[in-house]
Amino acid sequence: MSAFTALVVRDIRLSVRVGGGALMGALFFLIVVTMMPFALGPDLALLARIGPAILWLGALLASLLALDRLFATDHDDGSLDLLMMGRMPLELAVAAKAIAHWLTTALPLIVITPVLGLMLNVELRAMGTVALTLLAGTPALTFIGLIGAALSVALRRGGLLLAVLVLPLTIPVLIFGVAAANAAIVGPAPFGPPFTILCALSLASLVLGPVAAAAALRHGLE
Amino acid sequence: MQLKAENLACSRGGREVFAGLNFRLSGGEALVVTGRNGAGKSSLLRMIAGLVHIAGGRLALDGGESDASIGEQSHYVGHQDSVKPSLTVGENLKFWARYLRAIESTIDPALQAVDLAPLADLPAAYLSAGQRRRLSIARLVAVPRPLWLLDEPTSALDVPSQNRLADLMRSHLAGGGMIVAAAHGPIGLESARELKIGPA
Repeated sequence: MSAFTALVVRDIRLSVRVGGGALMGALFFLIVVTMMPFALGPDLALLARIGPAILWLGALLASLLALDRLFATDHDDGSLDLLMMGRMPLELAVAAKAIAHWLTTALPLIVITPVLGLMLNVELRAMGTVALTLLAGTPALTFIGLIGAALSVALRRGGLLLAVLVLPLTIPVLIFGVAAANAAIVGPAPFGPPFTILCALSLASLVLGPVAAAAALRHGLE
Repeated sequence: MQLKAENLACSRGGREVFAGLNFRLSGGEALVVTGRNGAGKSSLLRMIAGLVHIAGGRLALDGGESDASIGEQSHYVGHQDSVKPSLTVGENLKFWARYLRAIESTIDPALQAVDLAPLADLPAAYLSAGQRRRLSIARLVAVPRPLWLLDEPTSALDVPSQNRLADLMRSHLAGGGMIVAAAHGPIGLESARELKIGPA
């Protein structure tokens, strides 16, 4: 087993065990989306129109939830020191942690998305497409969030700072995610272009996120 | 193999901790760093491990692997034990063995060396402070690296465990390894040289 997979497996294991917080993101997402129809009232046409925006905002906020713990726990118990002393480049170690984080927080959220169409008056087929946009876009959220998590690691109570740092950077993801989802549900704009850009954003942050996060961690050394 | 420090300086938070530090350490030798609280013992160890910026001077490991940093060739045991409470004792050690060496390795001898083998399946949350420290030390046995950096390694350890650690250190030195330890008291190595830093 390579160092990379060892780290991914460890982080997944940590998050599914007691106190790990896996599924918290999905539960939060579920609650936020469920509350919306109660707040907006039973206007079915309105719900269908703003459904994608609600889903994307919910996913965005849910992905922030556990982010501040991504490096903080390793920092607090000294594991981060040892992770930096490994043979594997820190960029890869950071990427491994991000992948484990995405698998345990974003993936469950995507899986339950189709069911939430019931709450928002969106038919199942269209919800499948919305889930597809989340699948394409949430890696960008995780890997952009990775940078904020690395920057705020040495700060106590970095959670709020993290949100302030990360959320503005996720605006493009939000715009193209909602555009693609809207195209799938109500049309008439084509689905292809915004979805392609969404994929591009994810791929770009997949490359840039680990490099920036590793640089932030190294800079955080005293 | 030789660890060389020339005119080494350290500053934390804008304050100079120490400066002009020189020492040489060859294979098979141990160095015990002593000094008052705040003299920079821990900072020196973290600096060698690559976890604190070198403010001045030079630090080199001659005869080591040229493509690896000093930190990648050393083990660091600090005040924190890097133990995850929700993983079992065996899982904790297995992870570090895989991560630091990147190959599948048996961890049983290492657990036996620190007398934790019977607890391998116990979640680490139930370990005492001394047992956690021993688990941290097991890492040094599981993954061979030439330089050990030990920050007050005997803290929280009972006398039998201290003796076992001294045995491990002696066999590491006998195999050509090097040890730099920060300590206030004796660590059980008769051959160790002392490096005093800071004001007396």
